[in-house]
Amino acid sequence: MNRSVDPKKVNSELFTLTYGALVVQLLNDLESVEEVNKQLDRMGYNIGVRLVEDFIARTSADKCYDLRETADKIQAGFRLYLGVSPSVGGWGPAGDEFSLTLDSNPLAEFVELPETCSNMRYSAILPGIVRGACEMVHLEVTSWFVQDQLRGDPVTELRVKFVKRLEDSVPPGED
Amino acid sequence: MAEEALFEFLHNEIVAFIIENEHETKKEDGGQNAVSKLERIGFAAGYRIVERLTREWPRFKDELDTMKFICKDFWLAIHRKQIDNLRTNHQGVYVLLDNRFRFLANMSAGKQYLESSPKYLAYMCGMMRGALSNLGLNCVVTAEVTHMPACKFHIQVQRS
Repeated sequence: MNRSVDPKKVNSELFTLTYGALVVQLLNDLESVEEVNKQLDRMGYNIGVRLVEDFIARTSADKCYDLRETADKIQAGFRLYLGVSPSVGGWGPAGDEFSLTLDSNPLAEFVELPETCSNMRYSAILPGIVRGACEMVHLEVTSWFVQDQLRGDPVTELRVKFVKRLEDSVPPGED
Repeated sequence: MAEEALFEFLHNEIVAFIIENEHETKKEDGGQNAVSKLERIGFAAGYRIVERLTREWPRFKDELDTMKFICKDFWLAIHRKQIDNLRTNHQGVYVLLDNRFRFLANMSAGKQYLESSPKYLAYMCGMMRGALSNLGLNCVVTAEVTHMPACKFHIQVQRS
């Protein structure tokens, strides 16, 4: 008889299932799907702001001098916290934007979107995390999904665009 | 472990959001409603995760066997440790003691912030209720903290 569980697997499932339960609760509590997207993004931002500290402490990461280094760090972050390695690519001509492509989305592992939620951004917490984390290291970025497997696309693609470098004196912005 | 940090931050955000959302619509039920929402989120997650944990397991012999599972393997899978103490009166009441409960561990070691501890326990109470419910036991789970970060969970099996 097999009485063992894989703790690593459980942990990611715990996160996924908790996230799912949260989304359901948000859909109950808030009036519109847009409102839910916004709320998830905001929560992601709050998590990112704190997660970046944990990330730097764990990996003793150095300051990034260009966006390519930042992209590598974000990729490392996905590997560390979600156990997936997105591929980095799709660089814009000015080198100020890139895509993170995920073959499978760990957040959406057990999810099917009903028809009524067709404009739902189920994993909206991820771009929020990226934005919050970058802001704490003085990079203002915007981040959004261009492809989502839950909406029938072949892969999940997260786009990240550099906006500007934040100066030291600027206090951390409220959402 | 790294993924734990992510989960803990998510839990904090859920608590913060639910409580904040409740302040805005406070007229109806006061604060009680917020805690029950947290409990419901936990219930849904617990109900599902236990199904995956016990997929290849033999059937539990009896109620005590199920409780032992909760204290050992379930707790180990979720919190990377076992429950420190399990007590029962053999009439359907179980008391589980965790000396260093994860959601409180980074908060304080003593009486500071004691009054805000209940909202950080509701999720886990729901989670245990959900897990037990999927294993065929209808329970009421409550938690009690007198000295952080130790936490006592009371499980009362409802028989009818």
